[in-house]
Amino acid sequence: MTTAGMRVWSLAQNLTANLVGNETAWLVGGQKTTTRTVTTTMTRLFSSSAVADADKTEEEMPEHMMSTIVNGKEIWVPKGSSVMQACDAAGVDVPRFCYHPKLSVAGNCRMCLVDLENHMGMSPKPVASCAMPLAPGTTIHTDTDRVKKAREGVMEFLLLNHPLDCPICDQGGECDLQDQAMHYGSDRGRFVGTKRSVVDKNLGPLVKTVMTRCIHCTRCVRYATEVAGVQDLGVTGRGGASEIGTYVEKLMESEMSGNVIDLCPVGALTSKPYAFTARQWELKPTESIDVSDALGCNIRVDTRGTEVLRILPRNNEGVNEDWISDKARFQYDGLQRQRLNVPMVKENGALKPAKWEEALFAIKEAVGGLKGDEMKAIAGKLVDCESLVALKDLMNRLGCENLSVESVTAGMEADVRSSYVFNSSISGIDEADCIVLVGSNPRVEAPVLNARIRKANYEAVQVGVVGAPVDLTFQTHHLGDSVAALKDLAKGKGSAFAETFKKAKRPLVIVGPGVLQREDRDVLLSEIHNFVDKAGVVTDEWNGFNVLHDAAARVGALDVGFVPSLGEKPSDKPAKFVYLLGADDFDAKEIPEGAFVVYQGHHGDAGANVADVILPGAAFTEKSGLYVNSEGRVQMARRAVSTLAESRDDWKIVRAVSEVLGATLPYDTIQGVRERLVEIAPHFGKVDSAPEKPVWLNGQYFGAHAQKVKGKKALDKVPLQTPITNFYMTDVISRASRAMAKATQARQAASTAKQ
Amino acid sequence: MAMASGSAARKCVLAALRRRVQQDGTAMFGATRGFASEAGRTYGNLSDEDRIFTNLYGKHDPFLKGALKRGDWHRTKDLVLMGRDWIISEMKASGLRGRGGAGFPSGLKWSFMPKDVPDGRPSYLVVNADESEPGTCKDREIMRHDPHKLVEGCLIAGVGMGARAGYIYIRGEYVNERLALEKAVAEAYEAGLIGKNACGTGYDYDLYVHHGAGAYICGEETALIESLEGKTGKPRLKPPFPAGVGLYGCPTTVTNVETVAVAPTILRRGPDWFNSFGRPNNAGTKLFCISGHVNRPCTVEEEMSIPLKELIERHCGGVVGGWDNLLAIIPGGSSVPLLPKHVCDDVLMDFDALKEVQSGLGTAAVIVMNKSTDIVAAISRLSYFYKHESCGQCTPCREGAPWLFEMMERMRVGDARLEEIDMLHEITKQIEGHTICALGDAAAWPVQGLIRHFRPEIESRINQFSDKQQIAASSS
Repeated sequence: MTTAGMRVWSLAQNLTANLVGNETAWLVGGQKTTTRTVTTTMTRLFSSSAVADADKTEEEMPEHMMSTIVNGKEIWVPKGSSVMQACDAAGVDVPRFCYHPKLSVAGNCRMCLVDLENHMGMSPKPVASCAMPLAPGTTIHTDTDRVKKAREGVMEFLLLNHPLDCPICDQGGECDLQDQAMHYGSDRGRFVGTKRSVVDKNLGPLVKTVMTRCIHCTRCVRYATEVAGVQDLGVTGRGGASEIGTYVEKLMESEMSGNVIDLCPVGALTSKPYAFTARQWELKPTESIDVSDALGCNIRVDTRGTEVLRILPRNNEGVNEDWISDKARFQYDGLQRQRLNVPMVKENGALKPAKWEEALFAIKEAVGGLKGDEMKAIAGKLVDCESLVALKDLMNRLGCENLSVESVTAGMEADVRSSYVFNSSISGIDEADCIVLVGSNPRVEAPVLNARIRKANYEAVQVGVVGAPVDLTFQTHHLGDSVAALKDLAKGKGSAFAETFKKAKRPLVIVGPGVLQREDRDVLLSEIHNFVDKAGVVTDEWNGFNVLHDAAARVGALDVGFVPSLGEKPSDKPAKFVYLLGADDFDAKEIPEGAFVVYQGHHGDAGANVADVILPGAAFTEKSGLYVNSEGRVQMARRAVSTLAESRDDWKIVRAVSEVLGATLPYDTIQGVRERLVEIAPHFGKVDSAPEKPVWLNGQYFGAHAQKVKGKKALDKVPLQTPITNFYMTDVISRASRAMAKATQARQAASTAKQ
Repeated sequence: MAMASGSAARKCVLAALRRRVQQDGTAMFGATRGFASEAGRTYGNLSDEDRIFTNLYGKHDPFLKGALKRGDWHRTKDLVLMGRDWIISEMKASGLRGRGGAGFPSGLKWSFMPKDVPDGRPSYLVVNADESEPGTCKDREIMRHDPHKLVEGCLIAGVGMGARAGYIYIRGEYVNERLALEKAVAEAYEAGLIGKNACGTGYDYDLYVHHGAGAYICGEETALIESLEGKTGKPRLKPPFPAGVGLYGCPTTVTNVETVAVAPTILRRGPDWFNSFGRPNNAGTKLFCISGHVNRPCTVEEEMSIPLKELIERHCGGVVGGWDNLLAIIPGGSSVPLLPKHVCDDVLMDFDALKEVQSGLGTAAVIVMNKSTDIVAAISRLSYFYKHESCGQCTPCREGAPWLFEMMERMRVGDARLEEIDMLHEITKQIEGHTICALGDAAAWPVQGLIRHFRPEIESRINQFSDKQQIAASSS
């Protein structure tokens, strides 16, 4: 019988694989898999042209490689590769729907069937290449009649109940089913019955469902379970009545639910805010950087004319892999609302539109005669490094040292880079063997980073939390509410987790904004430093002391030194002139009564409310600007659309102000500004490359820091807690976004319903 | 466990022990039949001494007392002490092929279980008692009337595989069978036959009975494992095979109830005895379940390779209305292609003979249909079954099975075009062999059998239907 024959054949495959010590990793029933590692290795190997030409002899083949023949062409692939990976390496196209390199292998679409041949002859039936490990001595055929027939058959079945409503489908033009139907589909259907129709599911305000289009590849289910860590999606029903859904209507409660839209190979899951707005071929893509959190996710901004129509992730294994958060994906509609597009000057208590000259001269008038220590500049969350350095230079020229980034950096030292960046690098999480989060809830601070920690946790890395208990979508050990818990941890006693931490070779400590944004931050940091020293978090090979920020501009601001210069102290005098560079989340007491406030930025929010002069700047999609993410990686956001009306690039505005104030900055091109950046910090010259390991000077720094906080006490009673209360609204763009407002509402309704 | 060293002295002891155990078996059950390879030999007419299941009809006490009388648990300790390799080699020599449908050689299958797992994972035996194939009712007779055969078999098979524990996954609808089996397991525990130090051998072996919820697909070995683990019963991808990564990620072998239940008797009476039945490569005795249009539907143990006609005539009182009233027979459970009468006349009931006539022995569930049967409706009903039971995981089966049913329903009344018969056949070929598990094949085969043997019947219905349509159209 066929089944028995197949078993013998496949066993022969496996047996040969075992004989040569082929390490084949399997995914079975949710067990851990090494597929991911294989993929990464593959990418690396193949990108460095590891695919050998047939001339090379057997002797030359490296230990970890094996050879195979795909459609008559010999190639080398790493041992443990799947048949599909071998085909990919050979440049042979294998159609697929359910397979995704970042998810477990499901093997259910049956589109990737190929023929295999070994010493026992041709396989009794075609084999799903995504799930079949490549055994030595196997030849792969993708061009046989049987393969062609099998794929055409599967395609016919997929189209059987598919509504073929491509003209009204948002996936049209970028649909895997549509593309592959061009290769394997027939020009007419043979099915004359009634097509299945499925009731659409309500997954919330972000993901739109048209479930009749679903081809049951289960990518979304696997993504939700494995990556996003929510058990909201699943398959209900059986056979032809199978449905993907939430079983009972409920919100998909993930901060990165939007990724299912990219994963869905058909138009079953599409973007709700983007619905019916554009066709893919009308859009102009621009590669850019997300600024909604401090991770610096790589994105593609799709625009038509002057409008941003959608934002998609770009792959960057070192930062965000294939994912972005919902805020990064859906906040773009906020770019159209609440915008400041003309300069404004306050007259008789009300802001009135003005010309640029009027606004600039109003500033000159206000600054005239003020001393440097009567001025102050606060930078916001979304500011690019160019305008930061320009403003710093300007303020310094005016004799002012009162520089800070809103809410957090007042008094924070920028001298030692390793004291404020994510030292292990983001991909270092993959190598860590024990993780402690201090005052951090990465699920809202940087959801994609949280997914990475989750991935580590899935591979048996334990995660401890110091601070208020949080639901991180995976199991964590709650160690205590305050940093006092770290003392026990340093001793390696008291709990099973402490023992694990002690044994860990590459422990990771992530200090979050829950620590950085507290009044007693310095005291807490000092205790954390003690812990880091005692617990051996930093060794010669490994630096596990990590700081996670929650705003895109923060590391950049510290890198350019947007703090009082070395040896200078912020003055105690109440400022008479305040320059808000995109700052909206400042503390009200930072702006003294009667001070003259300049607000430079792109959204009418809290900052514009208190401003005497408004200078309209550009949002991150409208300018070319450098951003530094938490790990210190310098990345460039590129101009996708032009600036609105009268608004200008931010660094140019600062440059203009400097000229009017008689403190002209020495650069007047973007290159000039960037040269200045490189002058301050050489790493600004290495855009888009992985961050270099920062020099670890913390030993001395820790000592100095400890001296500084001597005698001060921590406010122990207040548990460490992330300052972010609503993930969907953290900055001016997301607060102006309708989609984010709806998401906030839906999440609140869901949590009310739970109570 | 014993059976480790290869010294000559030890071999002698083992040979002696083996002789003793088997002589005892022979004394109890009668003489071993000689090898019957001579040409012209007939099969069938199994004598009562050669039956393995001596309480198939529940006439005696099914539980421990009665089982002991029938010879179950007789010197099981010695069998266990003979060791793993011996059990496997005896099973291989017996020529037993899996009784669940695919007919894979059992000894070979058991031998795939790893000898030592470096990471310390235990091995498991899983007994597939999810007997859901339409027409099949053999395992239930074992479980309700002779459960100790199965329980003892679980121990023997478990030892043969080096398993730490056995799980019997019993079909949810089998309530009485489950109760009987649970009672037998409890009895065996109480008597020290299984559990810690099973039969006093020093071997620890636990046995659990788990009942399913009534899904046909859970009879597929990997879906069964998924279900046993508490997940939805959806087949896994193979490889890896359960022998490497099975239940809870541990080496597992899934076998049919009958396969396991016959093992102790084979070991007692010797592989040669078992091998003496049936044609070469189709050894042994087998439970046949005959249902449908026969005078006395029954489950009966017979020799392999018994002629189909003899099986029906001898044990079932013949076809209703006589042999000439026969239309077709499905010889191995609903998933194998049917056979028309002219094939049934002289076909032998074994794996190879039925394969030759493009069908299969399957579970040996013989479904007899006489001329009163609407054969298209009958096969259409099977298509409905497969449509209903498809798990929906992979495309060809999820989409193809409902399509087959839709077309079969039209064929039933003739509401189709003649060329659609070929299309129907093509679609079955599009499903077959392209799915994760064999349910796709099972859905395809009955329809293929129908087209192969009853094409004229389908054609005439289509013609009649279109004639009627034309008449209706012209008269209105």
